[in-house]
Amino acid sequence: MAEAGLSLRLKAATPITLDLALDCAPGELLAIIGPSGAGKSTTLRAIAGLHRPESGSVSCGAETWLDTSRALDLPAHRRRVGLVFQDYALFPHMTALGNVMAAMSHLPAALRAERAAALLARVHLAGLEQRRPAELSGGQQQRVAVARALARDPAVLLLDEPFSAVDRATRRRLQVELANLRQGLSIPIILVTHDLDEAASLADRMLLLHRGRGLQTASPAEMLARPASAEVARLLDLRNLFAGVILAHEPGLTRLRWGNQVLEAAPMPSLAPGTAVDWLIGAGGVVLHRRGRPSAGERENPVSGTIIALLPMGEEMRVTLDVGDPEGRHLTFALPRHAAQRNALAVGEACGVSLLRDALHVMPRP
Amino acid sequence: MDWPAFRLSLWLGLGTVVILLPLALWLGRFLALRRFRGRGMVEAAVALPLVLPPTVLGFYLLAAFGAGTWLGGAFQAIFGRTLAFSFEGLLLASAIANIPFAVQPIQNAFAAIPANLREAGATSGMAPWAVFWRVELPLAWPGIATAIVLTFAHTLGEFGVVLMVGGAIPGETRTAAIAIYDRVQAFDDAAAASMSALLLVICLLALLLVQRLTRGIGRRRHG
Repeated sequence: MAEAGLSLRLKAATPITLDLALDCAPGELLAIIGPSGAGKSTTLRAIAGLHRPESGSVSCGAETWLDTSRALDLPAHRRRVGLVFQDYALFPHMTALGNVMAAMSHLPAALRAERAAALLARVHLAGLEQRRPAELSGGQQQRVAVARALARDPAVLLLDEPFSAVDRATRRRLQVELANLRQGLSIPIILVTHDLDEAASLADRMLLLHRGRGLQTASPAEMLARPASAEVARLLDLRNLFAGVILAHEPGLTRLRWGNQVLEAAPMPSLAPGTAVDWLIGAGGVVLHRRGRPSAGERENPVSGTIIALLPMGEEMRVTLDVGDPEGRHLTFALPRHAAQRNALAVGEACGVSLLRDALHVMPRP
Repeated sequence: MDWPAFRLSLWLGLGTVVILLPLALWLGRFLALRRFRGRGMVEAAVALPLVLPPTVLGFYLLAAFGAGTWLGGAFQAIFGRTLAFSFEGLLLASAIANIPFAVQPIQNAFAAIPANLREAGATSGMAPWAVFWRVELPLAWPGIATAIVLTFAHTLGEFGVVLMVGGAIPGETRTAAIAIYDRVQAFDDAAAASMSALLLVICLLALLLVQRLTRGIGRRRHG
């Protein structure tokens, strides 16, 4: 059953600040990410009708669930949402089958048991229909919660930190199951998580929320390579963030001044020369100059510095360079440990790197 | 053995439960779920019969039941008899004296239901009444059963309020507890002993019944 997408606009000053908009197409999985207290769960609850924002609208397909300008606010039980709660919120006095059937009041009673059993089989719980939540493992409880959320034939599926209450191995398995399950779902899916890796591996697009404000919506790869602002970059824990000034635009590139150096960056023609900007160099954009074996790439933004720290992390060596940044920030990059050994990297030694132009991303300041 | 007194006590106990249960369900749930100014005051008022001497409660009820008050006057105008020293007056007094025994277990039971289960009910498409019926009531059932049995057993044993409001009119207001007192006053120790033993057995059975009712809760199918 194809549905048109979910559309949400929220604005509120109390009890927590909200200022965001999101659209999610049928079949799309949108992850809402952000630090604790960013308003992720509140946003989800506003979609489900469990939280009423000061002003805003929620619509799904042809149905409008909330429109404060028209004083329209459908109660939760009349919005066709499936919500998986963070701690699942299964009804403890009902069996797994009973929990799923409890969300089927829209179906004739005679059909419910069969449909519920089919849903439980779909989440790999066949044979456990008569178990109560207390008799199920955490992962099994999560699957019952997913089956119950789907039992309503929802127009949108909402997942609130659905993997946070299980151990790592189970989390992996459940994530794979969700990735499989969503292939058969043609409704918008909203996943709330504080785990960036989880969002990046499951979502088509991510919405970054901070203090109730939506900062950027983009595909995981796009957001990680081209964050909209230094604030986004910091929230994504991206390293190698520096300040500069736009110098000039040329075909295919933008020149900027950084300290007393001029760097070539991916084109950003919307920023006028003289504008103060933030820039970052993405992961894989820092290339080590090999000793005694110069290569063609070294002409691209050559930067020299002094190694101030070498930190082995697993198979990699994390190198920190003092590159004479005017604000005293350091450049960090990782390379295989054997490469670090071959190049005889050592603390206190000079070291040359290139910053690849296409990975050098310039961001306007707010 | 004063069988009419026992029959009266049983009717009084059942009547008190029937009157009090709907009120206690509403008030207990309301106090458990709502935060409002004056909530502490309401809770204190609910608990008052627990700490007030029964004679004090009985005195105020007696005063309120008099023919000169609107309550007593209205009763007399409709039924042609006084509310004080009648079974109906006794029933009303008993209901008031038992408010904490009915409300508190029910309030605790509703307060113990995690809020997100109600929300899960709503997002599963259940209307508020369905959430109450299918989620809240089954989960609060042990507290409700406790309230019923405590109210019933406590009514059987109530003495001070009953004596103040009802006197000891045989067949009308002389309950088993008062009949025992009368027998002791009359040096009829044998009758007092047999009635006491019967009351003891009834109360013990009531408590066993609570245990049975509340233990089954974890095993019922589909709620």
